[in-house]
Amino acid sequence: MATVRLSFSPAPVHVRTARLVGVAVARRAGVREDLLDEVRLAIGEACTRAVALHRQYGLPDPVLVEMSDSGPYAVRVVDRAPIEAGIGLAALPPDELAKESLSEDALTTGVGFALLAGFVEDLQVRPVEEGVGTEVRMVWPVGR
Amino acid sequence: MELSLATRTVGEHTVLEVGGEVDVYTAPRLRERLLELIDAGARHVVVDLGRVDFLDSTGLGVLVGALKRLRTAGGTFALVCDKEPLLKIFRITALDQVFPLHPTVDAATGA
Repeated sequence: MATVRLSFSPAPVHVRTARLVGVAVARRAGVREDLLDEVRLAIGEACTRAVALHRQYGLPDPVLVEMSDSGPYAVRVVDRAPIEAGIGLAALPPDELAKESLSEDALTTGVGFALLAGFVEDLQVRPVEEGVGTEVRMVWPVGR
Repeated sequence: MELSLATRTVGEHTVLEVGGEVDVYTAPRLRERLLELIDAGARHVVVDLGRVDFLDSTGLGVLVGALKRLRTAGGTFALVCDKEPLLKIFRITALDQVFPLHPTVDAATGA
């Protein structure tokens, strides 16, 4: 059962709000202080990714963030973009990153995924169970 | 918390001091400022991240964009960063192998 649910219209200005709420709930849930920077970054990246997809597809639907602390701290960030857009991102090697031909958007997407994969040990990116979209599920241990 | 940007000149280097949060909302302002500097003729740009307390993939994308633009123009681009949480972001994304990273502005400008 989610303890905190946040949905926001897909605008960059709201991503910071999602980060702040996500970290506040993580702290209350008992996530270790030294992990909170990573929680903040990962939730931000997942929300940034969702906002970018909604804008790319012209979707006005809100992005959903669910934070649950019954057990470890689990965060789901749900977008409503077509699935082929959302899955199968790959981290980019350094020589690719600096290539002229790589667009800033493609670079940002690749780097965002590298950050998610690098900072979240327990990470799943999968289709939502109902309807169209992808959920990014991240879990952190709590120190209780 | 808000993004802050301040420019100063050190020798032939233009130093852009960035503070606050660089994210999907604020990164366009950083991009705009870097483009202004390059368009105005800056060729040796140092971005000082010393007062940045949050940096995401969008901000990293803007920094890589500036690096490429300056490289094409025959210039140089370097970053100043000595905070471990930010350095970890550069390592995880392999961007530590793309950017010249210096612990101080003096080191970056060769002062």
